[in-house]
Amino acid sequence: MIQKEQFYYDNKIVKQFGIATIFWGVVGMLVGVIAAFEIAFPSLNGGISYITFGRIRPIHTNAVIFAFVGNAVFAASYYAFQRVLKTRMYSDILSKIHLWGWQLIIVLGAITLSMGYTSSKEYAELEWPLDIALAVVWIIYGINMIGTMLKRRERHIYVAVWFFIGTWVAVAMLHIVNSLALPYAFFHSYSAFAGVKDALVQWWYGHNAVAFFLTTPMLGLMYYFVPKAANRPIYSYRWSIVHFWGLIFIYIWAGPHHLLYTALPQWVQAVGTAFSIMLILPSWGGMLNGLFTIRGAWADVKDSPVLKMFIVALTCYGMATLEGPLLSLKTLNAISHFTDWTVAHVHVGALGFNGFLIFGMLYWMIPKMWNTELASKKMANTHFLIGTIGILLYAIPLYWAAFTQSLMWKQFTESGQLKYQFLETVTHIWPAYVLRGVGGLLYLTGAVLCAINLYRTMKQGSFVNNEAAEAVPFKYLPKPEDQNQKTYWHNRVIERRPILLTFLSLVAVGIGGLVELTPSLLVEKDAAVISVVEPYTPLELTGRDIYIREGCYLCHSQMVRPFRDEIARYGEYSKAGEFIYDHPFQWGSKRTGPDLHRIGGKYSHSWHYMHMDDPQSTSPGSLMPHYPWLLANKANFALVPNKIRTLQKLGVPYPEGYDEKAIDEYHQQAEKITSELIEQNIKGATADKEIIALIAYLQRLGTDIKKMDKTGVTQSDNQ
Amino acid sequence: MKFSEYIKNVENADIYPMVSLVIFSVVFLIAALYAFTASKKKMDDNANIPLK
Repeated sequence: MIQKEQFYYDNKIVKQFGIATIFWGVVGMLVGVIAAFEIAFPSLNGGISYITFGRIRPIHTNAVIFAFVGNAVFAASYYAFQRVLKTRMYSDILSKIHLWGWQLIIVLGAITLSMGYTSSKEYAELEWPLDIALAVVWIIYGINMIGTMLKRRERHIYVAVWFFIGTWVAVAMLHIVNSLALPYAFFHSYSAFAGVKDALVQWWYGHNAVAFFLTTPMLGLMYYFVPKAANRPIYSYRWSIVHFWGLIFIYIWAGPHHLLYTALPQWVQAVGTAFSIMLILPSWGGMLNGLFTIRGAWADVKDSPVLKMFIVALTCYGMATLEGPLLSLKTLNAISHFTDWTVAHVHVGALGFNGFLIFGMLYWMIPKMWNTELASKKMANTHFLIGTIGILLYAIPLYWAAFTQSLMWKQFTESGQLKYQFLETVTHIWPAYVLRGVGGLLYLTGAVLCAINLYRTMKQGSFVNNEAAEAVPFKYLPKPEDQNQKTYWHNRVIERRPILLTFLSLVAVGIGGLVELTPSLLVEKDAAVISVVEPYTPLELTGRDIYIREGCYLCHSQMVRPFRDEIARYGEYSKAGEFIYDHPFQWGSKRTGPDLHRIGGKYSHSWHYMHMDDPQSTSPGSLMPHYPWLLANKANFALVPNKIRTLQKLGVPYPEGYDEKAIDEYHQQAEKITSELIEQNIKGATADKEIIALIAYLQRLGTDIKKMDKTGVTQSDNQ
Repeated sequence: MKFSEYIKNVENADIYPMVSLVIFSVVFLIAALYAFTASKKKMDDNANIPLK
């Protein structure tokens, strides 16, 4: 008889990540609720720039993705890794650095985002110093996981581990590629890519952030905690293997479906759609695998808030992964894109799948680690109920809003005029924005109940930092052939060297992802140069950076799609070649306000001035917040030479030595706009204010091609 | 010369998406083959790891 080794599971690190999960969950959701109500009631920000919608929306998304789900993923992986690999985590010190490093990044991220330090890339808004810190902490997490796999006492590496490792490899790759940027100051940078290419990289990242941060690690969680909670093995282990490889195989290609009908080349759009449809198979296989596992424990569901949470989570996973591919079909995408449909879709996944899976895990794991029962099952059931109602109340009004608004955008009168002003379509769906906020509030209330319940559970139980366990050392584990069992080639190649094989395969996937991206980034013809498109002037550039700082792209797109109604409403559709100097691109993903790509020259300077000060004065009923600080703050032009030099390095063709003349040109243009403003009866305008730069930028937008006869425009052959 | 300039000069850049598709497909097929040829006992043992 082989002597078993004694060792201890590190429960403390799981506890800390678990507490961080629920804490940041409540914070992130609270910010989300505030943001939701700020859309409906724009004066809620109280005139404070730091808490305006454009600043707190990225705080909400980053907090719920990286702080709530992130910490939950770490808690789940640290709990599951130790138990399925029969060993303590590789290094307690690395675990601690991982824990505190991650929390520090979250805090600094929230502060800097509220101050307007943003790269404007959705779900990757953090600026370069934090991007680097994030990469370092992520690598530490990886070393800790791989080290744990190496010292395991289990021959086979359970499928949940694959999902966490796949997550780690893919996220590292996505984060590094999408964050490539050249700094022009501390906490300021320009994306290494421009225009169409930047958009492609961003949505390759954006889509895969959903895939590899919000889906694959959640499935790792599912494959461990659903069998534990149901007290039976996963329905089909074969399916789980195919689920894993199917997902990571297909997901990485699907990003372009976020850019249908845009200036992105058609073939890239088509690839995105095809792979998105293929995603239904592995996703539904995975969902059914989870649900069929619980099916065997159906009798327990009534009494178990954990299983209830898991069932709703898996159902929402199924719904979201059917809806996602459907949204990648051009017909439906034409309705969903830029409307609230996308927001509703994402929240079915986030609140239903991610949220409920995490709450279920916490309700199961915390009593286990504290050696007690859940303090109040009734409270957990109440949480389940109001959480579910919250999801419905959040999603249904937004679906209604999206359909209504999209149809209103496309309505013409009999004489061929647009039937509705953009603003009419917004005020019409206003009740949906209020209801959505209420839905979010209900969901948040559920999360608070969860926090209270878990706190009470912790208080009544007794926590053990180091949980004793024992297992046979790896070298003494029996091999199948020693037991006279038939072995196959894959037993020898895969089972014996799982780490090697896992990593070789994942490297292949990584290369695949990069190789897919590289040609489309570099082929010149996809972003045809339009000769009249010129780089921004120093003043316009400064205005553009203010536009980015205030998060204008969160409510305004800069992408006129080739639809009859959009051309009638906004003007000529957007061409790829118009964005070649846009570091970063500003296409946006949602229109709470109208598209701005052709806003240049549409209104007077004074209109913009008054509109920024009080949007409701020029557009009664507008849901845009006031921006009085733009009229009061002095613009920072000292950085202009740095900006010019940085853009030159990125390939923007400013003439040699232009950085030295840039500040003079800045002042000349600012004076000109200011004098025009004064002529238009804006007596208080002065040239040193931020509003002047912003007006310069807005007036420039989309005007370049108007300088040229239409027939002379070199269009991309893919338009 | 910028980094991107070097890669632009790579000949037949179009082959790369094909190569990556082949890499993806091969890895996937091997995994699927593994999953469906492995013995039932082996799969059951693996599925029971969290419950041990």
